Amino acid sequence: MKSLGSIRRSFAPWTDPSAKPYISFRNVTKKFGTFVAVDDLSLDIYHREFFALLGASGCGKSTLLRMLAGFEQPTSGEIILDGVNMAGTPPYRRPVNMMFQSYALFPHMTVEKNIAFGLKQDGMPKNEIAERVAQMLKLVKLEKFATRKPHQLSGGQRQRVALARSLAKRPKVLLLDEPLGALDKKLREETQFELMDLQQDLGLTFVIVTHDQEEAMTMADRIAVMSAGKVNQVATPAEIYEAPNSRFVADFIGDVNIFDGLVTSSENGMLDIAVGEGFTIRTPIGNMDVRGASRGFVIRPEKIRVSREAPANAGINSARGEMWDMAYLGDMTVYFVKLPNGQTVRASSLNAQRSVENPLGYDEDVWISFDGDAGVLLKD
Amino acid sequence: MNRWTPFNKVSITFGFAFLYLPILLLIVYSFNESKLVTVWGGFSTKWYASLLENEALKDAAWVTARVAFTSATIATVLGTLAALALTRYTKFRGRFLFSGMIFAPLVMPDVITGLSLLLFFVAVNLDRGIVTVILAHITFSMCYVAVVVQSRLLSFDRSIEEAAMDLGATPVRTFLQVTLPVIAPAVVSGWMLAFTLSLDDLVISSFASGPGATTLPMKIYSQVRLGVTPEINAVSTILVTIVTIGVITASIITKRREVQRQRDEQAAFAQG
Repeated sequence: MKSLGSIRRSFAPWTDPSAKPYISFRNVTKKFGTFVAVDDLSLDIYHREFFALLGASGCGKSTLLRMLAGFEQPTSGEIILDGVNMAGTPPYRRPVNMMFQSYALFPHMTVEKNIAFGLKQDGMPKNEIAERVAQMLKLVKLEKFATRKPHQLSGGQRQRVALARSLAKRPKVLLLDEPLGALDKKLREETQFELMDLQQDLGLTFVIVTHDQEEAMTMADRIAVMSAGKVNQVATPAEIYEAPNSRFVADFIGDVNIFDGLVTSSENGMLDIAVGEGFTIRTPIGNMDVRGASRGFVIRPEKIRVSREAPANAGINSARGEMWDMAYLGDMTVYFVKLPNGQTVRASSLNAQRSVENPLGYDEDVWISFDGDAGVLLKD
Repeated sequence: MNRWTPFNKVSITFGFAFLYLPILLLIVYSFNESKLVTVWGGFSTKWYASLLENEALKDAAWVTARVAFTSATIATVLGTLAALALTRYTKFRGRFLFSGMIFAPLVMPDVITGLSLLLFFVAVNLDRGIVTVILAHITFSMCYVAVVVQSRLLSFDRSIEEAAMDLGATPVRTFLQVTLPVIAPAVVSGWMLAFTLSLDDLVISSFASGPGATTLPMKIYSQVRLGVTPEINAVSTILVTIVTIGVITASIITKRREVQRQRDEQAAFAQG
């Protein structure tokens, strides 16, 4: 099997200023009555990209997808697909296909007929249809179920029929609306990797809508984090996780600690933030002089160490606290340390050994510490 | 609470007796040898034989069949379209009024409907006959169809229509290839309802009909006014039999389908 990682690493058209976007949303607004579902949104998606729209329900991500599919028309703004303005093009003339959250299989048709439906609409000759259907059935490993009807299939099988049906016409873009929502965890994880392989093999552009951040992180080349009809950040999963551009994104993706404090000094490219008594954060942040301003510092739990002994340079990027709570999760242990200012810090450590001598216990006085460059400074 | 208490037994006996004793009596007396309806003179099927020679009754039956078939079919088309419009285009002004108006004929007294239709036919100078009867039957049975189809459409998953369009089907093809096959059972039962309603309507037919367009219920009614003959009992028994067979067949089909479906679903989940 080829290494997905190496292909993915070299794939970054968004960093190339001469690259032409494949799908462009330009100042798209969609209103339902007085409710603004999508608010002056601009977004570029590139050819062969696996792009995820991530957000809580009601953030406008599904509306965006439905506008791309043609089920909704933007109130203003335009959508360009492969150089063509999609305004006024009905869903049945768009070179995109969608996989629906409910799968939306035709209940009165067999699996074969479901998959052949789109091809028939195009007037493809019968023998070619049969060939393509067989090929799709093989792709989703449902050869044995060709003559079954949807209600005779399990959830996972229905999901694969829906996938085969939406891929049968070889669309330029495949839209996936919460495609794995109805599957159980194990099947969902398997399917995620299948989808990624499929996207690579077929060389298609995938746009997926999901509220599951793990799903988005696993599959997508880039993620757009959305809220209230706007895009908060568009970046690779690693960038989104390690360098969130706002409090909202930091909080939305994964677990996070945010320390707020006043910037007391800014020298030699190092910034000091006084979080509380005996707790100062010193972080390299370039040439920004923001003395006197209140700033937040974002750091992920796994980047915080917990120890009994005071670290060197105690008080700088470290603080004393009390072990408030602990959770053993198997692969790792999560510690909740309460600082003197009342803030509870979440820290996690990998359980690399099977047992630890003299483990940390409840109510113990401990130190938390981290590296100054392990977190991100927020703009507010 | 699953036990047969004496109270339960009595209530069920009385209930069913109340419902079916008159019909039972009618059926029994259709096999009466005697010409007198209330006196049992022994078993005979001669009234069924004499039915075959009664041209007037046969004509009426033929009129009824034509009226019922035609009006049910047209009412089903119109009622289905009305149901679609009312469930799909939910944003137009006065929708509430319109959906209320489609239910109104259900509770409208037949006499009023009949009278208003008669006035209308006179006003537009339409000669009364089989055409006006059909028109009248369409009018009152259409709303029944609309109600039946509408209730199916409310639980209809619109995303399958979107899927069809997404796959390249125009709205018309989507309707014919996806929507209609899925709601077909409701449309068929709407048709059957309209057919039955037309079959046994008396009041509205009496207002709307004219010479040469006497339906079976009208014929029966007019004959009964001259005295009930066992012949009428016989023809009524045939009607009851047809309706009963229809209802039983329909419910067996529905039941079977449901059982089959459940079995399929269980099988699908068992094999994962």
